Amino acid sequence: MEFVSQNWIPGNFKSVPDTGRTAHDVVQHGWTPITTTTSVLGVVFESGVALAADTLTSYGSMACFQNNPRILTVNQNIIVAAAGEYSDYQFIRDVVEEKVRTEKSLNDGISMKPKALHTWLSRVLYNRRTKMKPLWSTFLVAGVQNDVPFLGEIDKLGTAFVDDQIASGYGAYLALPLMRKAIDEKREKFNSKLTKDEAVDLLKKCMEVLYYRDARSHDKYQIGIITKDSVEVQNLALKPRWEVAKLVQGYE
Amino acid sequence: MFRNQYDSDVTVWSPQGRLHQVEYAMEAVKLGSAVVALKNKTHAAIVALKRAPNELSAYQKKIILVDDHIGFSFSGLLADARILSKYMRSECSSHKFAHGDDLPVNRLMTKVSNRMQLCTQRYDKRPYGVGLLVAGYDDNGPHIYQTCPSANYTNCKAMAIGSRSQSARTYLERNLEAFKEASLEELLKHGMRALRDTLPNDVNLTSKNVSIGVVGKDQLFEVYSEEKTQEKLALIEGEERRAPVPTTDSSSGGSQPPQDGPGAPPSDSVPAVAMETE
Amino acid sequence: MDTIIDRGAPKARNFEPYASNGGSIVAISGKDFAIVASDTRLSEGYMIYTRKQSKLFQLSDKSVLGCTGCWCDTLSLTNIIQSQLKSYLYDHNTIMQPNSIAQLLSTLLYSRRFFPYYVYNVLAGLDNNGEGCLYSYDPVGHCEKVNYTAGGSSGVLMQPFLDSWLGKRTADNPVTEEEALSLVKDAFTAAGERDIYTGDEVVYNIIKKDGIQTGVVQLRKD
Repeated sequence: MEFVSQNWIPGNFKSVPDTGRTAHDVVQHGWTPITTTTSVLGVVFESGVALAADTLTSYGSMACFQNNPRILTVNQNIIVAAAGEYSDYQFIRDVVEEKVRTEKSLNDGISMKPKALHTWLSRVLYNRRTKMKPLWSTFLVAGVQNDVPFLGEIDKLGTAFVDDQIASGYGAYLALPLMRKAIDEKREKFNSKLTKDEAVDLLKKCMEVLYYRDARSHDKYQIGIITKDSVEVQNLALKPRWEVAKLVQGYE
Repeated sequence: MFRNQYDSDVTVWSPQGRLHQVEYAMEAVKLGSAVVALKNKTHAAIVALKRAPNELSAYQKKIILVDDHIGFSFSGLLADARILSKYMRSECSSHKFAHGDDLPVNRLMTKVSNRMQLCTQRYDKRPYGVGLLVAGYDDNGPHIYQTCPSANYTNCKAMAIGSRSQSARTYLERNLEAFKEASLEELLKHGMRALRDTLPNDVNLTSKNVSIGVVGKDQLFEVYSEEKTQEKLALIEGEERRAPVPTTDSSSGGSQPPQDGPGAPPSDSVPAVAMETE
Repeated sequence: MDTIIDRGAPKARNFEPYASNGGSIVAISGKDFAIVASDTRLSEGYMIYTRKQSKLFQLSDKSVLGCTGCWCDTLSLTNIIQSQLKSYLYDHNTIMQPNSIAQLLSTLLYSRRFFPYYVYNVLAGLDNNGEGCLYSYDPVGHCEKVNYTAGGSSGVLMQPFLDSWLGKRTADNPVTEEEALSLVKDAFTAAGERDIYTGDEVVYNIIKKDGIQTGVVQLRKD
């Protein structure tokens, strides 16, 4: 691919990877997603942002790869989580890592910021959708910029926006209302944002709820937490309580 | 026809390891009117002398905007500076388009310098006959960069280029310690005094022949209007002028630009050119 | 043979490049002002992406663009306009006037005639004489100068409302700023009741000689 083989020039970033362009390009994206991942969740708390995503990659209805992490630590300012076609996430991951390496090698004390990556991803995904060769992915970009937590989403069309709580896929229907409720209640009662622990507990709760009803979800998952001076990605496992199942119609 | 056996082409080395054509291009920088740039903790400023080619024409614009956070002044061929400004603008614009953020100043300088270098290595091109003083502001604070036709660029605390600029550099070197803590107004006063030192005794700075550009914290790059320039000039009016240090620009040896930052590369040695310019 | 067989890499055929992200715009121009307002709901289908996405883009100190439709196209289009305006500023040393922006926007939209930007635009500004001016567009670049307009998901609800209040106004009975603002608020309140793609908040910009005044009005959040 052109982007990778190009001679490296110090300070010269190719702003948007130019792929999927020629007739001889062997990358055949976009017919329909094959190896897919399910929802990602993100929530802003008082000093940072937390993301959650499970580690399952499905092949149709088969739970194919059960240890595919999809929370990426980009640099000390940014973490990214992806949903959708896993190979498209891997492609973007490689390009972003290349970008970060190039930036590091310049050694000029400047590193990419979350808003910049958010905009950049929206341009990349939009360019690809305009070529009708979409990268079938949804990304959540999280970080802290100028001491303000940042959380933004980009979908496969290049639709980009910013909010304090974002969920994609089934999460938008099942988890987002829980997240909005928790955040709104905290604001109305205490006029404050969630604490880090509250945010993480909220995400754990949401992942559990999703695991009960989203057939493509998994009990092994990751939570990425970014604050002004720390980045961590935890590996977690759910302890589901199936005894509630008998209370639900359709399980008896 | 040639002053030298080894200056027939840009790509020809002299046995001393010099590229005479490139050095001749560096002479062009000394023909333009003087420009001073300096910075304090929060702002970078350019004070430039404008020339009118003749009495019928207007004073030529001397400060060019590149983006909200970067602008530059130049000495040498205006037309070459305009080509570079077009390139710099497009780089800033495409970075903003792709990243929604301003291009850091040092990265722009790398790009410009790489572009300027190309034409010092090809027989079918000529080096840019212009030196730039770039002032910019980014997350790392204010910056002053100097570029040269040899495609070298230097990060500076303060710098002056152009005709008779040695006097200005002398002023800057003597007052260097004061700049960092100076207020913006003090900084501009230093800049104007440095520029005034390059003038012959019978000429003075006026709002017509001075151009001031400022960029800094919460301050987009602004080129001052004539009224505002006049306001600033009034601050140093009536001060006793120091007699300009006698200089012969074509052989102003040993003047090192004040540099900052660890490991700042040694600047180009000022060429003792195999040609008399005047 | 080459003309018949597409040798290009496969393209997605089941892929829908457009999304309808909802949102509405109302704009009214007057003697010495122009007001443009949008709601802040960004949605797709039954999903609300966010409740605080303004659809107004300030292009200069006297022009504001309102965009609804496919949000990814909106982002792209407004980015392009903004970088073009900046290069115009540097090339001409002056800010582009609203009538020129209107033409630029039309040209930009038509440049994608056969793969359009799915965006309904309303450009509001103050013209060279300091009078309010409004330009309303279709997605492929048809441009019309109007005195008031409504567009987006509730355009069809709000346009007749504006027609009934403003349609028969004459030059000697111009709409005042207070009247325009209250019409905008009423239009959105009504739209919020009936259209699920319009709601949450209204942001408005009043463009006047001495600057752009902004404000927010709450709408239904359900």
